[in-house]
Amino acid sequence: MTDLKNSFRNQPDERGHFGDYGGRYVAETLMPLVLDLEREYRTAQADPAFQAQFDDLLEHYVGRPSPLYFAERLTEALGGAQVWFKRDELNHTGAHKINNCIGQILLAMRMGKTRIIAETGAGQHGVATATVCARFGLPCVIYMGAEDVKRQSPNVFRMKLLGAQVVPVTSGAATLKDAMNEGLRDWVANVHDTFYIIGTAAGPHPYPEMVRDFQSVIGREARAQMLSRINRLPDILVAAIGGGSNALGLFHPFLDDPAVKMLGVEAAGYGLDGDQHAASLLGGFPGVLHGNKTYLLQDDDGQITEGHSISAGLDYPGIGPEHAWLKDMGRVEYTAVTDEEALDAFQLLCRTEGIIPALEPAHAIAAVAKIAKDMPSDSIILANLCGRGDKDIFTVAERLGVEL
Amino acid sequence: MNRLAAAFAKPHPALVCFVTAGDGDTAANLDALVAGGADVIELGMPFTDPMADGPAIQEANIRSLAKGTTTADIFAIATGFRARHPDVPLVLMGYANPMVRRGPQWFADQCNAAGVDGVICVDIPPEEDDALGPQLRAAGVAPIRLATPTTDAKRLPAVLQGSGGFVYYVSVAGITGLQQAAQASIDEAVARLKSATDLPIAVGFGVRTPDQASAIARVADGVVVGSALVELVAKHGEDAPLALRTLTAALADAVHAARKD
Repeated sequence: MTDLKNSFRNQPDERGHFGDYGGRYVAETLMPLVLDLEREYRTAQADPAFQAQFDDLLEHYVGRPSPLYFAERLTEALGGAQVWFKRDELNHTGAHKINNCIGQILLAMRMGKTRIIAETGAGQHGVATATVCARFGLPCVIYMGAEDVKRQSPNVFRMKLLGAQVVPVTSGAATLKDAMNEGLRDWVANVHDTFYIIGTAAGPHPYPEMVRDFQSVIGREARAQMLSRINRLPDILVAAIGGGSNALGLFHPFLDDPAVKMLGVEAAGYGLDGDQHAASLLGGFPGVLHGNKTYLLQDDDGQITEGHSISAGLDYPGIGPEHAWLKDMGRVEYTAVTDEEALDAFQLLCRTEGIIPALEPAHAIAAVAKIAKDMPSDSIILANLCGRGDKDIFTVAERLGVEL
Repeated sequence: MNRLAAAFAKPHPALVCFVTAGDGDTAANLDALVAGGADVIELGMPFTDPMADGPAIQEANIRSLAKGTTTADIFAIATGFRARHPDVPLVLMGYANPMVRRGPQWFADQCNAAGVDGVICVDIPPEEDDALGPQLRAAGVAPIRLATPTTDAKRLPAVLQGSGGFVYYVSVAGITGLQQAAQASIDEAVARLKSATDLPIAVGFGVRTPDQASAIARVADGVVVGSALVELVAKHGEDAPLALRTLTAALADAVHAARKD
């Protein structure tokens, strides 16, 4: 049993700090709201009825628990460690994002909020938010960078079908960070009735903690499934990292299992040596953006720089503050894989397992492919398959030179 | 008496004017604001992600950064201003990340050396004061806090604790330059703030015309105008000083005549 004081699982502190990271760096207009949200979240956490409703929706609406799957042919192809997947791409809406959206919309309704806003990059969080808004009958505005609207048109149409209003954001670089700026601008002007469903484990406290908690169902299930299936824990967990919510969801319940190593995989884009990547931890520096202190892609003057990744969902210049802390503590190791490596892994999984992964988990699979062959055949890698790839087939076709 | 205190001790309310550093000929723009009668200058530090700003100031940030404005350029602008205008208070306004990039001590020292009197940081609330506040206070630079319509009575003492220079009352829950608050709500908020602090109260966000400025100046110690001035820089570019001086003079006449103490 781990001493609570020596636990990796008792962050953040009461001010929302993960070590030096996190916090509540927001405009004064939002500050009372953010404090109010924290109070409401604490009472919801202590309310068995809230938890019961969350669990019920996850089971009957989202389709949890998601399967734990031994990827036999991929394991054979890689020739080393056994590769297992947590199949969160089988969730309703096709990604892990829905877990968090269910939690947050229940909280929004508990707080009496009548209007939902969200930002989205690849569109997965936007689709998940539009989905829960339709399910509970709340109006929904999704901010999406104009560039991403073009790159991800199927998801834009999905959101519209679900009744959401999709607002293309043209300010700045017209990508995810600008969509988040616009979400914050909407929120600050509509504080009385609006709830902002943030999609990743970032933003002002309590969002990083709250999103992590809602996503931790992934790791709790996986841990129990591993123990019941093969009566042991995995040797290493692997997950892709944009803002970092799917990785934290998988990692957090294992943080105090010292024998379980963890590997977070950032997007190296065209390579870490240039500036065309989205690896905030490996290629950035600590700073303050979007309500929290964390590693950021930025220049010498603190101006935020634009990352690049083939995966729109990883293309964000920041990272959840808990990852920043886990990196500095050395509890989680972080690596990065390029667009090319992710594309190769994408195709490898299609052909060996009959699973089309999203480009985000394709980054995790690329990292798995690198480490598996050097591990003994009785060792176990557990990777989070956090989204399915239907949304990405156009991007992949273009990069492979195939005309659809 | 320091420059900010002296500006608010004049026998009339103060006009506080904002422009973005590096947008147009900033030195000439600032001189035009002073010539027009501005009592306090707010110099915006451009940032790639100005999430509390409306379109006018967002675009000013983009124009400035596109020209390659650096933090060193901003302090050079401040240093030049201080040499030309030894008595006019100058306040930097912006976001945390460019301010803390080289460490809070570095930033506070630079402010002190450049003759900057105060700093308004939009995204450092009192809860995160440690990120910059102690260093500013030690360097004799006023950390100017924002109070808003959502700042309730319970929270107000925390906002005032450790703040200096003046209190910037953001009159609308929203972003800069778009809506204007009802005058009655401003009157009530200023009275509430004045009962809680001896610091001067300046009111801003959405103030565009001499008439609006005059109405606010009847109750507040200062009136802040930003987006309306920044729009003139957008429209006139390098030729903005004349237009800035004309609008500032009209605003200054209205603000200064609104109340005699």
